[in-house]
Amino acid sequence: MNLLELQRRMAEDVRRPLTEDYEMRSFADDGRPVADIAASYISPNSRLSSFERLEIYNRQYWFRLITAVSEDYPTLNALLGQKRFDALILAYLDEHPSTSWTLRDLGAKLPAFLAAHPEFAGRRHRLAVDVANLELAYVDAFDGKQLDPLTTEEAQAIGADSRLFLQPHLRLLELAYPVDNLVLAVKKEMPEVDIVSSAATHRDVTNRAKIPPVKRGKLFLAVHRYDDSVYYRRLEKETFLLLEGLRLGASVAAAASQAFAKSKLTPDAQALLLQQSFAHASQLGWLCPLPGTDVALPHLEMKVN
Amino acid sequence: MPANRFNGYTDYEVGIGLRVPHYDHILSKKPIVDWFEIISENYMVDGGRPLKILDQILDQYRVVQHGVSMYFGSAQPLNRDHLKRIKELTKRTKTPWLSDHLCWGSVDGRYTHDLLPLPYTFEAVRTTAERIRMVQDFLEIPLAVENVSSYAAYNDSEMTEWEFLNEVVHAADCGILLDVNNIYVSSQNHDFDPMDYVNSIPAERVAQIHIAGHSKFEKYILDTHDHPVLDPVWKLYGRAIERSGPTATLLEWDDNIPSFDEVHAEALKAHRFLRAAETAMSVGAGLREEAHV
Repeated sequence: MNLLELQRRMAEDVRRPLTEDYEMRSFADDGRPVADIAASYISPNSRLSSFERLEIYNRQYWFRLITAVSEDYPTLNALLGQKRFDALILAYLDEHPSTSWTLRDLGAKLPAFLAAHPEFAGRRHRLAVDVANLELAYVDAFDGKQLDPLTTEEAQAIGADSRLFLQPHLRLLELAYPVDNLVLAVKKEMPEVDIVSSAATHRDVTNRAKIPPVKRGKLFLAVHRYDDSVYYRRLEKETFLLLEGLRLGASVAAAASQAFAKSKLTPDAQALLLQQSFAHASQLGWLCPLPGTDVALPHLEMKVN
Repeated sequence: MPANRFNGYTDYEVGIGLRVPHYDHILSKKPIVDWFEIISENYMVDGGRPLKILDQILDQYRVVQHGVSMYFGSAQPLNRDHLKRIKELTKRTKTPWLSDHLCWGSVDGRYTHDLLPLPYTFEAVRTTAERIRMVQDFLEIPLAVENVSSYAAYNDSEMTEWEFLNEVVHAADCGILLDVNNIYVSSQNHDFDPMDYVNSIPAERVAQIHIAGHSKFEKYILDTHDHPVLDPVWKLYGRAIERSGPTATLLEWDDNIPSFDEVHAEALKAHRFLRAAETAMSVGAGLREEAHV
């Protein structure tokens, strides 16, 4: 067995899912005894068989990865309960093993995976997906890239035809449940951790928070970083649509037009909201110039319909 | 001896790992610490609090980078994106040397995020040394490779772990981050005398030393970094210092992390050995001068 063959062999064995009791499986998918596979390249010692030695790494792999994802999704963990949450994470990681040198991105596809697999959340599926999306947005906002925002002069020069970048760490969410307070409450109880040791001997249970009932209710939310802290900001629907339009590359006029197309606000109220939306977005540093462009284009008349 | 080409000719003494629970204490109390070791991957991000904290630490302290995902021993090509990110960070930290582990952890684009042991074969020596040389050339700073704790041994191994380490560092012409706790853990898991290991290391290549605590289980010992340093590990440390001279030393404490003061006090116990080594060196130098006269 050359080096690459050995590494492929061991990687397959280390990544093999554990039993329900978090032990190494006795048989591989092809029916071969794992004890035989282990003995083919790992030597035993006086206390541990080849199987037992391999099992240390197999368990470490899963405990470490489950812990890494759990740290990003503490509220989802509390909402689903330990057993369901672990089942979700094991299935998720089996389908989405790590393809990056960093553990930071390991849970990035979990909300989409959960959305496609309602069996892991039962009746609270939509609530669980909302929680997962918000917790992922927190991760992105926490250490996502920050561009230089528009200067005051540039912000004042925004015109109808201007196209703007939104701050990369800003996430816009349309949620079916008002889960912001719920997630905030759980986050406050969570210690911040960093990646250090590779040793993992057990499944860490870090959250036992009780989740109160949450009533359904539409929520438009911006998750962003300001002065190195992550904030959730509730938005008017029109503001959300405006920012979404800008994010997708629409001009200011086109984004505004689309945002207010179905609005029930009076024209004056719409104009005021448009003005306030831009003012707040500028104050919070959400608006950035497109690279290599001049923001100073003809001024937008504050009439949107 | 402490300042050598593998640690950028620096003379660092006792440092500790920079960990999140200690941020507030360090930034508000500004304790006297010779240097901090950071886990590179924790700061290889695009922005936000981690980099802001790092910059504040860099304003006041010396920082050395230690990585956990280079996987020098993986059999396939290096990840260029990863290397670029590390190089960016080295420019920020101005780390005089950089360390990572003598292990493998990824294959076919999939990552285990573990420090998996290598088979001690000549093929693994060639592959690993070549990758270390490539990384060293790209990063343009001295590299030190750390011996890992292991729980499995391979049928194909052709030499002892310390022979393998020596072969690799000579072939790559790199330094060693000698983890004496890892030596102790592996010695118990593989039934060898840890002192044989320490005595076989090319002392002139030791750039840095790690000390840490571990956990004993019924049939094996695990490198958990969640305890004070145990006596057998201090004994190995004393011998390593005796051989290589006062060397940059770092205490790793990564789980069940106690207060900053407790961690720092545990690390500073290393001074006892460092001072003894300094005394031995100056006495030795004095004797040599006398003989010359």
